[in-house]
Amino acid sequence: MTPDDRTLDLRDGDVRFRVLSAGRGEPLVYFHSFHERGGWSPFLDRLAGRYTVHAPLHPGVQGSGGVETLDDVLDLVLAYDELLDRLGIGAAHLVGHFFGGMVAAELAATLRARATKLVLISPLGLWRDDAPSADLLILPHEDLPAVLFRDPASEVARRWATLPEGDNENVAAQIESVQRRAAMAKFVWPIPDRGLRKRLHRISAPTLVLWGDADRANPVVYAEEWQRRVKGAALSLVPGGHMVLHEAPDAAAAAVAEFLAT
Amino acid sequence: MKICFFHLMPYRFLPDDFEQRYRSVWVDPPHSLFDPEKCGDLYHEFLDELEFAEQAGFDGLCVNEHHNNAYGLMPSPNLMAATLTRRTSRAAIVVLGNSLAAYNPPLRVAEEFAMLDLLSRGRLVAGFPVGTSMDMNFAYGIDPATLRDRYYEAHDLVLQAWTRPEVFAFNGKYTQVRYVNIWPQPLQKPHPPVWIPGGGSVETWEWTAKLDYVYCYLSYYGYKRGKATMDGFWEAIARLGADDNPYRAGFLQLVCVADTDAEAERLYFPHVHYFYQKCLNVWEGFAEAPGYRTVKTLQTGTKPQVGAQAKKIRQSLDWQKYLDQGYVIAGSPATVRQQLTECIRSLRVGHLMVLLQIGSMPKDLVLHNTDLFAREVMPHVRDVWSGYKDRWWPAGAVAGNGQ
Repeated sequence: MTPDDRTLDLRDGDVRFRVLSAGRGEPLVYFHSFHERGGWSPFLDRLAGRYTVHAPLHPGVQGSGGVETLDDVLDLVLAYDELLDRLGIGAAHLVGHFFGGMVAAELAATLRARATKLVLISPLGLWRDDAPSADLLILPHEDLPAVLFRDPASEVARRWATLPEGDNENVAAQIESVQRRAAMAKFVWPIPDRGLRKRLHRISAPTLVLWGDADRANPVVYAEEWQRRVKGAALSLVPGGHMVLHEAPDAAAAAVAEFLAT
Repeated sequence: MKICFFHLMPYRFLPDDFEQRYRSVWVDPPHSLFDPEKCGDLYHEFLDELEFAEQAGFDGLCVNEHHNNAYGLMPSPNLMAATLTRRTSRAAIVVLGNSLAAYNPPLRVAEEFAMLDLLSRGRLVAGFPVGTSMDMNFAYGIDPATLRDRYYEAHDLVLQAWTRPEVFAFNGKYTQVRYVNIWPQPLQKPHPPVWIPGGGSVETWEWTAKLDYVYCYLSYYGYKRGKATMDGFWEAIARLGADDNPYRAGFLQLVCVADTDAEAERLYFPHVHYFYQKCLNVWEGFAEAPGYRTVKTLQTGTKPQVGAQAKKIRQSLDWQKYLDQGYVIAGSPATVRQQLTECIRSLRVGHLMVLLQIGSMPKDLVLHNTDLFAREVMPHVRDVWSGYKDRWWPAGAVAGNGQ
């Protein structure tokens, strides 16, 4: 599926969102993480079969801009609030992976009316000294597959790890990676804890916490932490690693769709 | 020509297999390798070396700031500078410098530098580095995306605190102070000379030039590799229409002097090798936090001084390669004179900083190196830029040749 690709200016162009959209049905907004390279994925294809999926790129990533005007998580949440207005969306299902899960949770906790249902996939945003999540922002490229994927030798992991061969394309890909991580690092450096735990009790949308059962980047103990802090949250463990959405798009999308449909 | 003696204060006792067993000399080297008894002795050894450099005739003494770093045991260069103010009387005290973004509020830097300027009776050079990614983003936890912005704001606050005559309010994005009014004020007017240590980022050249500061390239890779960076700096100066006074520039060079070229290898190679193989062994993940360098600088294609790629290059180095590639200028006085003159002229550098204590070099050897350099090399390069006026030298300092 080729999603519709738009760029929307907010605040007289101070903030710019590139939004990929596809599908039909109730609106669903997907927030991506550090290592998804933004964009579209087979997982979103599956969801677009039932929902109108909007996948905005985080400001500072591939055509979205203005991260320098967003000083903190509240600024970011308000920018997304304005984006939803711009998309003509009142409330939507909010789905996010890792960093994107943190953004979705912040949005759902701050502006409760925006979230119909909330799906947090291995979300970032809580911190435990006894089980720190991996420092994914800084791990060298060649060390990442072993942490991100259940099986670093799998086809999906190898495809992810392959950078373009041409010199210019290779440098461009590396710079894009730095920019993407830098734009998100701003909201989680040096510890991904911006006080979200104090706000989680505010979440009123039905919530699903979804985790790859072999997630080596964000230990599964955090799933329990999230479940404890978000009242009534359901938990679904899907066979896969941290990149479960990409490793098992069918199973992950099925779990999400089932939760959203009930 | 001004020649300064630069000290990094490295821990000299890392194990032989350090670079094989541990991933990084910086950020997370384990405490099990640190012996406080030895480090206490080292501080005194290092300060002796700095004090000896003044007696030997060096124009300035340089100290700098690093954190979580086994080759830089100076989290507070100001403490070292303070002791030097009491044991020296002539040389410039060049603090290169205080990483502004790390101080909260940054007024602390304005205050401590003012104290140092007074204690030294006007011999202070105020250095303001952004700070390396290892120091600022990893050891001090500052977000890379805002580091530079914090730095620029802190700089403005410090300069205003030194120069505005009235009590004023500062409403910054990162620092808000209702009553800025530091006591004491620095001795030098309008303020101590400002030198900016940089690693080759495009923005820093232009900013430094606009504010008429000295730009110092503190490279560990010598004058041949440093040339591209210094050329970039001089091009920025030309673009902005400023004059090409060589005193606008500073450069750090590693130097080893012995009676003969062969003797230099025998005396210094193990210590030079210790420096490049152990002291610069920084894990790739710590070499540069995402966002530390701007996209504009990334696009110039320059690489960080440390990390996997730099390590690969360093591993193949032997004595001859260190010399051929200009990492170290080493040899007999005649050899060193000739190459150092080439270094000074090709980079157009008026403030030369030399690193004469390198890696694991013990005190007696440092003093030997310092003494030979001061007697046999320094007099021969002093007059290279005699036609130019150094507008960036502290008012209270007296150069080693009495000027």
